[in-house]
Amino acid sequence: MSAPPAAAAPPAASAQDPQPPPAAKRPALRAWATRAPLMPALVFLIVVTQLPFAATLVTSLFDWNSLHPDDRHFTGFDNYSTVLADAEVRESVVTTAVLTAVVVLVSIVIGLLLALLLDRSFKGRGIVRTMLIAPFLIVPVAAALLWKHVLYNPEYGLFNGLLNWLAGLVGIDDPVQPEWVTDMPLLAVQMSLIWQWTPFMMLILLAGLQSRPLDLIEAARLDGAGNWQIFRYLTLPHLRRYLELGALLGSIYIVQNFDAVFTITKGGLGTANLPYTIYETFYNAHEYGEASATGVLVVIGSIVIATFALRVVSSLFSEEVSRS
Amino acid sequence: MRSQSRKPARAFVAVAVAGSLLAACSGAGGGSSDDKSINVLMVNNPQMADLQKLTAKHFTKKTGIKVNFTVLPENEVRDKISQDFSNQAGQYDVATISNYEAPIYAKNDWLHALDPYIEKDKKFEAKDILTPMQVSLSGEDGKTYGTPFYGESSFLMYRKDIFAEQGLKMPAKPTWQEVADLAAEVEGAQKGMAGICLRGLPGWGELIAPLTSVVNTMGGTWFDENWEAKLDSPEFTKATKFYVDLVREHGEAGAAQSGYAECLNNMTQGKAAMWYDATAGAGSLEETKSPVKGKIGYVPAPVDKTKSSGWLYTWAWAMQKASGNADSAWKFISWASGKEYEELVGKEIGWANVPAGKRASTYENPEYQKAAKSFYKVTHDAIDQADPRNPGVQKRPAPGIQFVGIPEFTDLGTKVSQEISAAIAGRQSVESALEKSQKLAEKVGEEYQ
Amino acid sequence: MTATLTAPAKARTGPVPAPVRRARRRNAALGLLAWISGILFFLPVAWMALTSLHSEPDAATNPPSLGAPLTLDGYREFFGAGGGNSPWPPLINSMTASVVSTLLVLLLAFPAAYALSIRPVRKWRDVLFFFLSTKMLPVVAGLLPIYLFAKNTGMLDNIWLLVILYTSMNLPIAVWMMQSFLAEVPISVIEAAQIDGARLPTILARVIAPITGPGMAATALICFIFSWNEMLFAQVLTGVVAQTAPVFLTGFITSQGLFLAKVCAASLAISLPVLAAGFAAQDKLVQGLSLGAVK
Repeated sequence: MSAPPAAAAPPAASAQDPQPPPAAKRPALRAWATRAPLMPALVFLIVVTQLPFAATLVTSLFDWNSLHPDDRHFTGFDNYSTVLADAEVRESVVTTAVLTAVVVLVSIVIGLLLALLLDRSFKGRGIVRTMLIAPFLIVPVAAALLWKHVLYNPEYGLFNGLLNWLAGLVGIDDPVQPEWVTDMPLLAVQMSLIWQWTPFMMLILLAGLQSRPLDLIEAARLDGAGNWQIFRYLTLPHLRRYLELGALLGSIYIVQNFDAVFTITKGGLGTANLPYTIYETFYNAHEYGEASATGVLVVIGSIVIATFALRVVSSLFSEEVSRS
Repeated sequence: MRSQSRKPARAFVAVAVAGSLLAACSGAGGGSSDDKSINVLMVNNPQMADLQKLTAKHFTKKTGIKVNFTVLPENEVRDKISQDFSNQAGQYDVATISNYEAPIYAKNDWLHALDPYIEKDKKFEAKDILTPMQVSLSGEDGKTYGTPFYGESSFLMYRKDIFAEQGLKMPAKPTWQEVADLAAEVEGAQKGMAGICLRGLPGWGELIAPLTSVVNTMGGTWFDENWEAKLDSPEFTKATKFYVDLVREHGEAGAAQSGYAECLNNMTQGKAAMWYDATAGAGSLEETKSPVKGKIGYVPAPVDKTKSSGWLYTWAWAMQKASGNADSAWKFISWASGKEYEELVGKEIGWANVPAGKRASTYENPEYQKAAKSFYKVTHDAIDQADPRNPGVQKRPAPGIQFVGIPEFTDLGTKVSQEISAAIAGRQSVESALEKSQKLAEKVGEEYQ
Repeated sequence: MTATLTAPAKARTGPVPAPVRRARRRNAALGLLAWISGILFFLPVAWMALTSLHSEPDAATNPPSLGAPLTLDGYREFFGAGGGNSPWPPLINSMTASVVSTLLVLLLAFPAAYALSIRPVRKWRDVLFFFLSTKMLPVVAGLLPIYLFAKNTGMLDNIWLLVILYTSMNLPIAVWMMQSFLAEVPISVIEAAQIDGARLPTILARVIAPITGPGMAATALICFIFSWNEMLFAQVLTGVVAQTAPVFLTGFITSQGLFLAKVCAASLAISLPVLAAGFAAQDKLVQGLSLGAVK
């Protein structure tokens, strides 16, 4: 991994070699004492998240449709071949990837611009910040309902209402009235999610901006660095951790998004993502075996991607953020 | 093939249970109910909202039985009911199911047969229930597994005032071609008024219902007698093309996202001149607060090759086998689907809002006749003429008019509806939608061949 | 906006060099831009609030009717005036699930974060990665076993089951955030305190708490928000007694007639606890999210 510019790198880590313990007489006991505080959280998490997954793994080997209760039997890997051959599942993989990538990237970019705007002092900065974080604080189901019915509705939604009103001002009688959800279904879902997640990204990046070492920037300015240079060579490298944090958290939550797809399009018009597809297989088709097999495949896929992303790309787990 | 039957493998259930760390906390809370209260899960349709309003003041006061309602939108409620009933979790004593689910659930032994209660309950008057409704809620064994709360068929609703203004005449028994021509003429009669409103929202209970009734009358079917899928047959294709073209050319804005609720709104707001949908819609259009009250005409469902083309649907009360509260649950069911309740709604809320379509006596009640004079006869006839065993021009392997009465249909219907909805949105051709749908249907058909 | 007006006024007090004037104008323009974007993002929320106060017919006009008379009917309906279920039990359920699970998360996450930063176990990075990786499991895939488990142990429709699930849902993020805050506590300060004879509780209270306070607050707020918002678990696992606010919201909309005002009123009412907490703690949120790097 390429080393980040020296300016932003905190002092090198000492985490690899924890301080020599004061009483190193019995190392085994000592190690357990160090581990002890970790145990409750670890055990809790393993029990609550790993056991169900083990059960999912077992279920995925059965032909089990709850509407045919008398016909539950072991089928080995049949469900897996069914799922892998299913065009719909493949499509939803693509949809999930596109949905997640677009929402995360766009909200990070807009979030960064807004954070830069808010990092300056101007009249009413507090009010503007409060207004900007409001979308993140609306319950997602409520937000999805708001976008679907109150904003997008082609007959009486706000968007078409505004178009109509603006057109009326300039004397156009019959302005375009797009059918938002029908004409651009995936974009409609993405827009509502971007609206909700941009504030979150902005908050993270604003935090990042405000933790910049000001003396360094001052020094650079005295050396004749311009705004753009400071941004490019000081601010951006410093923000890298925060950008990655935003991308990571955003991806984790948006990959799993269910509320928006379920509410706005009901998975229609090519917007069904993986969580929605699995949900449908569970609760609509009642194919418990097939749904579990899909789930297992998704878990494997996301672990692979996550390992790659976190270990190789991200600096979050690398040397320079460890204990200083 | 679903022929092989083995003992349920309990091993993996045991895995789930193995997380017994949590079991220590069990027993607390839970949706358990006792003699004096029952849990009811129902769809959030207007008729149910009225019921909820009236229960505490009338039912609970009289019997001392408290009713805990959970109300959810149609899709969510179906998911939840099938989940609770198929696992026999027993969270709910009573739920609203339809004539689609009733025979399937009965076969899986998830429901209480209601006959013993009906026999003992004189006030219930089982003979008063309309025959198609009663039959559609029976299991293969001939026992009754649900009592209807309200029933419906389908018909065509149109704006009499607009038609008169435009000098148009609605035939007493229109054909689909006539309706399409009228839609073209009446479109735009007022600013933003669509010629006709038709459902385009994905969902087997949404778009598929009216579409399938059009398919039936144009000579198509989902499956032939031998479970051969027929979605790419010329008849099915012609009907689907007709439906899609009609709604694309003269239908409402945002058709691919419009279901029953959206069309009802459009019709109420004067955004549509015609509406082909459930007869239950009339009650909402004619209620006291409705701006189009008295302006709507009603004619039988448009036809093509068949003599009639209405569908048959009912939201009915069913009792979960796992319910430990059968007696209290029956008292509620008997009250909610009884004659007295209809009168109560008539007096307290309005006669147009009565949950009709299930009892012959409703249609003889002079007060109901007065409030529903424009639509009660058409509704009654439509329900009477609906024949779930023989709705089209050919024999069917399973009962159902606007659905196919097999468990796989929820999934199949939903997936096909998404393809056709995409065609309505103009994202693909009807042919390619049906081609994909045919493949899905073939897979289901194979399981039965 | 005011900035635009005051800046030139001040400028007149003396001769101002051109670059400074340009910079001021730019500042004012950027401030204006910030205001515009703030208003754009806030517009849907504002519209929701306004619509919630309109009557149903006024809420569904095109073009929109801004000045229509205000009414509280939407809220009355939400609070059960129309004869529907009361929203209070679901609201209380949501509050219980969110608050208790947040407390549990903090209780479990703090020692874990301590063991991953102040006195790190070996391979602490792998442990941290494991924590985070549980967040990548698709929630839906685990739903069926959890449902069956709950059914067989009688825990269906029990708010404490949601408390446990929400705790596990938020724990990884909390451990992760707190680890980064604790990692910023300089070891030298802790060692100095130890030499002075301070014991662990004192160190926690006097040294660690003040430094990581905003971080803890931010973590707690985020856990609270995600628990309050959760719908999938709640929809599948609750029924009569333990229903939460978001599930109540979906059931509140009927297919009869117009419902925009009602939807807006209900949506806003249900988002209110989160809005209030978020607005009140936004400074903490910014400080906290800076991963302890604030000096």
